[in-house]
Amino acid sequence: MSRAFRRRAIILLSILVGGAVGAASFTFAYAKGTSYLTDDPAACANCHVMNEQYAGWRKASHRHVAVCNDCHAPKAFLGKYATKALNGWHHSVAFTTGDFHEPIRITARNREVTEGQCRACHEDIVQAIDPAHGQAPAGASTPAAQEPISCIRCHASVGHPEE
Amino acid sequence: MSSTAPSEARSLRRRVLALYIAVGLVSALAIVLVIALLINISQRKHEAKNPFFRVVELTDDTVDPEVWGKNFPLQYDGYKRTVDQVRTRYGGSEAVPRTPTKADPRTVVAQSRLEEDPRLKTMWAGYAFAKDFREERGHAHMLEDQLFTERQQVTQQPGTCLNCHASVYTAYKKLGDGDLKKGFEKLNAMPYFEARRNVEHPVSCIDCHDPATMQLRVTRVAFMEGMARLKASQGIQNYDVNRDATRQEMRAFVCGQCHDEYYFQGKEKRLTYPWDKGLKIENILAYYEENGHKDWTHAETGAPALKAQHPEFELWNQGIHARSGVACADCHMPYERVGALKISDHHVRSPLLNINRACQPCHHFSEEELRSRAEAIQERTFNLRNQAMDALVGLIEDTKAARAAGKSEAELAPVHALQRRAQFMLDFIEAENSMGFHAPQEAARILAESANISRQGQILLRDPKFQPQLPGQPPPKAGDASAAPGNPASSTPEKPASH
Repeated sequence: MSRAFRRRAIILLSILVGGAVGAASFTFAYAKGTSYLTDDPAACANCHVMNEQYAGWRKASHRHVAVCNDCHAPKAFLGKYATKALNGWHHSVAFTTGDFHEPIRITARNREVTEGQCRACHEDIVQAIDPAHGQAPAGASTPAAQEPISCIRCHASVGHPEE
Repeated sequence: MSSTAPSEARSLRRRVLALYIAVGLVSALAIVLVIALLINISQRKHEAKNPFFRVVELTDDTVDPEVWGKNFPLQYDGYKRTVDQVRTRYGGSEAVPRTPTKADPRTVVAQSRLEEDPRLKTMWAGYAFAKDFREERGHAHMLEDQLFTERQQVTQQPGTCLNCHASVYTAYKKLGDGDLKKGFEKLNAMPYFEARRNVEHPVSCIDCHDPATMQLRVTRVAFMEGMARLKASQGIQNYDVNRDATRQEMRAFVCGQCHDEYYFQGKEKRLTYPWDKGLKIENILAYYEENGHKDWTHAETGAPALKAQHPEFELWNQGIHARSGVACADCHMPYERVGALKISDHHVRSPLLNINRACQPCHHFSEEELRSRAEAIQERTFNLRNQAMDALVGLIEDTKAARAAGKSEAELAPVHALQRRAQFMLDFIEAENSMGFHAPQEAARILAESANISRQGQILLRDPKFQPQLPGQPPPKAGDASAAPGNPASSTPEKPASH
């Protein structure tokens, strides 16, 4: 391999790698990538899919005390960013391919996260009525009684009512 | 050592070369993917910015939907898909191939309801519907299916039929020199095939939308008049549907322009909705009793019979969805996302073919659960309909036998009155396009009462002193016609039977 060839190869590689990094950075900025690292609820409506949820949140009682991340991501730093990364990946794949269920539905994992966040903020009240802490009560005999108490089953519209 | 050095150097160079190539390829691929993603994101951003681009100027005379489709390609795409023939368990149409003839060039039709259930021929004996009656197909077929039905060959249809089978708004305006009502009256009075020359398209964009603002509007004179008379019966004078209806009401009224019970009034064959006393079936029957209208004389019994049309609007009005403020368009044209846009699905069809968008925005259950709920309602209605049909056929057979045995028409008149009523009630649910789903309990009530009236007719044939009991008489005064919640159907309690 001649020195000239190696130099040319390095220049070509630099262009390609630089181009990739540049295009990726531009796309990241153009798609308001950094906004996803913040707690701004508007970021969740960046791709318009959650416009209705966003509009609902703006009219709902929780807007004064909670943003999307307060209910949909765990509080701990690691859990929060793991959840954001996982959901970010799922959402971007779903929206880019256009392959997702309409109306959009919460996944089992995210439902658990939300249930946990309800309990985290409302601990004082919930403790009195929820001895199982999201677990099935011990010694429950019927299948219905074995289900943990779900906050959002009854308070479904608390975060973002549909109308 | 000196002998191995060159070969080691060569293999090292090869590895470096391979690494260069690999990094180069990966970077190139990354660039391609990132740019593809960038273009996708950019497209979505642009889609969200402009809901539509004005490519052509639409006027109040633009009848061709293809021209509207240039400004609204997504809605037009959906509109065109109404050619689809898909069935659900209790409705929809199947594509049945047929050999085209000179009189009827269609190569595909829908399944014949008369072959599926020959009792319908008995019910409609002597009327054109006993000759040809098929499952209704999508909006795209409305004009040709009416043009080529065998009913056209056994009877002279009036131009009135086109009110709902064609895009007639511009034709009305042209015939009436700008006066919609005058044009409506002119077209009604024409024979069908002469009237047909004035129209070109099946229901089109202009029949529901104002071309300048895209607002929904009612273009059918019969609906404007029928609704004004209905509102007058509720104490609201000078009701103008295009001025007074709410946006959500319009999302039902534009459909109600055609999907309802009607009759042709007088020799001018003026299209009229029998809503003067309200929208419930008893209100409609009371209206027909008062004006003595009959659609035909039953060939086997001599009864002055009524043919129910397709009272989707009236039945929906009695159901829980109407009561909750859910309009036709919410289920039959639900919002859909196309890229970043949210549009109404103009592929009008059964919600059972689109459960996620039609039902799941409100009902948070699985598609299977929702389908089985709807089909359970339809199955129950279907079973009741069959029982009511058997009862009616029983009454018709018994009346035939009584006539053959020499009973006079005067003696049979009270029996005819019961047949007329039972038959209309059964036909009301039979002709309605939801197999009871639009108002399940009301549909069940109507069918049960129909069977009961037919059976009373059979008793009356055997015992002329028998006193029939008609439930729900006299009818409540008001019917609701509102897609807004909290509009009770009637504040007048139903009185018990007076006979």
